[in-house]
Amino acid sequence: MNRAQYARLVGTYGVLIALAALILFGWWRYDNFLSAFNVTTVVRYNAMFALIALGMCFVIMTGGIDLSVGSTAALGSVAAAMASHYGMAAGIAGGVGAGLLVGLVNGLLVTRANIMPFIATLSTLLAASGAALLLSNQTSVPISPTSGFMLVGHGMLWIIPVPAAIAMVAYVLGAILLNYTSTGRTVLAIGGGEDASRLMGLPVERVTFLVYLASGALAGMAGVLLAALGFAGQPTEGVGWELFAIAAVVVGGTLLTGGSGSVLTTLAGVLLLGILFNVLNFENGKGWISLSAAWQSVVRGLFLLGVVLLQARLTRQNTRSV
Amino acid sequence: MIDAASSRSDSRPGASFDFFAFLARYGTLIALLLLIVFNLFFTRNFATLQTLNVNLTQVCTIVIVATGMTLVIATGGIDLSVGSIMAIAGALAPLIFLSPVFGENVALAVSVGMVAAILAATLCGLFNGWLVAQFRIQPIVATLVLFIAGRGIAQAMTNSNLQVFRVPEFQWIGLGRPFGIPVQVIIMVVLVIIAAWMLRRTRFGRSILATGGNERAAELAGIAVKRTKIAVYAISGFCAGIAGLVVIAINSASDANLVGLGMELDAIAAVAVGGTLLVGGRATILGTLLGALTIQLVRYTLLANGVPDAAALIVKAAIIAFAVWLQQQRRA
Repeated sequence: MNRAQYARLVGTYGVLIALAALILFGWWRYDNFLSAFNVTTVVRYNAMFALIALGMCFVIMTGGIDLSVGSTAALGSVAAAMASHYGMAAGIAGGVGAGLLVGLVNGLLVTRANIMPFIATLSTLLAASGAALLLSNQTSVPISPTSGFMLVGHGMLWIIPVPAAIAMVAYVLGAILLNYTSTGRTVLAIGGGEDASRLMGLPVERVTFLVYLASGALAGMAGVLLAALGFAGQPTEGVGWELFAIAAVVVGGTLLTGGSGSVLTTLAGVLLLGILFNVLNFENGKGWISLSAAWQSVVRGLFLLGVVLLQARLTRQNTRSV
Repeated sequence: MIDAASSRSDSRPGASFDFFAFLARYGTLIALLLLIVFNLFFTRNFATLQTLNVNLTQVCTIVIVATGMTLVIATGGIDLSVGSIMAIAGALAPLIFLSPVFGENVALAVSVGMVAAILAATLCGLFNGWLVAQFRIQPIVATLVLFIAGRGIAQAMTNSNLQVFRVPEFQWIGLGRPFGIPVQVIIMVVLVIIAAWMLRRTRFGRSILATGGNERAAELAGIAVKRTKIAVYAISGFCAGIAGLVVIAINSASDANLVGLGMELDAIAAVAVGGTLLVGGRATILGTLLGALTIQLVRYTLLANGVPDAAALIVKAAIIAFAVWLQQQRRA
């Protein structure tokens, strides 16, 4: 096996190994780490980030970026909370609809107006945040207590929390879409070389548009979960989520230049960052050290640094051997 | 823009008057002038010194950060960590000048505090530049590290406590008014002039644009690409450090959770509206100043005429998208 192959393998499976190692460490060190309560709490809470990271992963694979997901989730949570009074389905539709709307604007700005994704989604970040504040009158909007909407966040399907089930379905669909459909292959082709893809006759504009639409819808769904989990639509929540999602995608081994990536390792990236947080909380509980929330973000940053440095090393060897 | 320091020539021989090109070139300036005229007629008490002061003091920190950001973007990079760096500088300075080590010597305490804070901010920038230049990590990811960790560092330094202080010697940089001009406005103007001069007239400035225009070609032409990159991130950190100090001086308090929050987006928006290409190779510091002023004045105009802040956000978003779209037409 030569170096390039080796690098590829570590890039793809390194995150899975790290995730397994972290879980084993937690299981060995803390009594209740793998207790039903802890596991369901972690996956229930991280489902929102998983949904956002999935959309982000697709956008990044086309060589773009979506900065608007955090405020789209906030807008989605407000819309979902307001619509939840007309029933559970209406609540979900409201949140996803709001997300679709933002995704639509993103898609149009990127594919029709040819605005760079960074700027296009930066402006919708501001606009969605403004819309969320306007809709909600700048306060949190309580969800309907009677319509069953809260089950979307707090319900259980057999032993799986509903948010985690939703995220799992989304990831399975995402993996199938990416690996077994021409749309998925086109996503990767666009990231690999947009002009070349266009010359090959691939529907670059349409697929790019769809990717931003999907990212918006997933962020809206994350908003639905946010509202259901917190019993309220929260217009000021979601600040910085976009960067967390980007970090998860990067940790998952997807390069920001586009053209390659994996859905499964993105999920592993989300879980890795989420469980790292959980482990730090358990470590605090042991009393040996006392890491405040501040130190936890420092640790997360350092972790991202380590991953990125490792990737840089591997990809450099990779290009050298070519 | 007016001083579009460009690595290639814009003049097309024989081109007739192109409305879009004209609008793209001077659009920001025209928009700013239109806004001022509109306000003169419709906003009460607009033409007063107080209005000018309010707007300038509000826009100052954004312009200071955006100046450094313009240089980073000119090399084809981006700096997401500026807000967190502001928080670090804002947390460190009061820790030093409030500490009992210096006893009664306030002047020494304040100067050590300010120098240390700006130094720390510059070091953060150097770290960013090191990641980008040495390890060839994409700027978004490289600066994401400090974006996440930096605010945590600031919070950890202060135990997430609010630091309140009343030190006129220090707060002079935020509240002082020699000849009626706020000190931070003077700082802003000086920084803008130095940066604009540097970008247009010095070898370093040309290196920045060459690096952003075509990195490989610049390297082959003998330009120290790595050093240039490290330098622009260090400058961006330096500017963020100054902005952090100004913010806490105005507030008479430093809250590591809030200082510089969201600043990276405001600064990038100002740079983009100002006409600097986000892919690098072309930059205008004066444009960035105009961009920041335009965004600020739009917000002020809306607020002064009773439009809620949330709606102003949406308008701001539309302006950013429109301005960048307009500049696209010029290149097309």
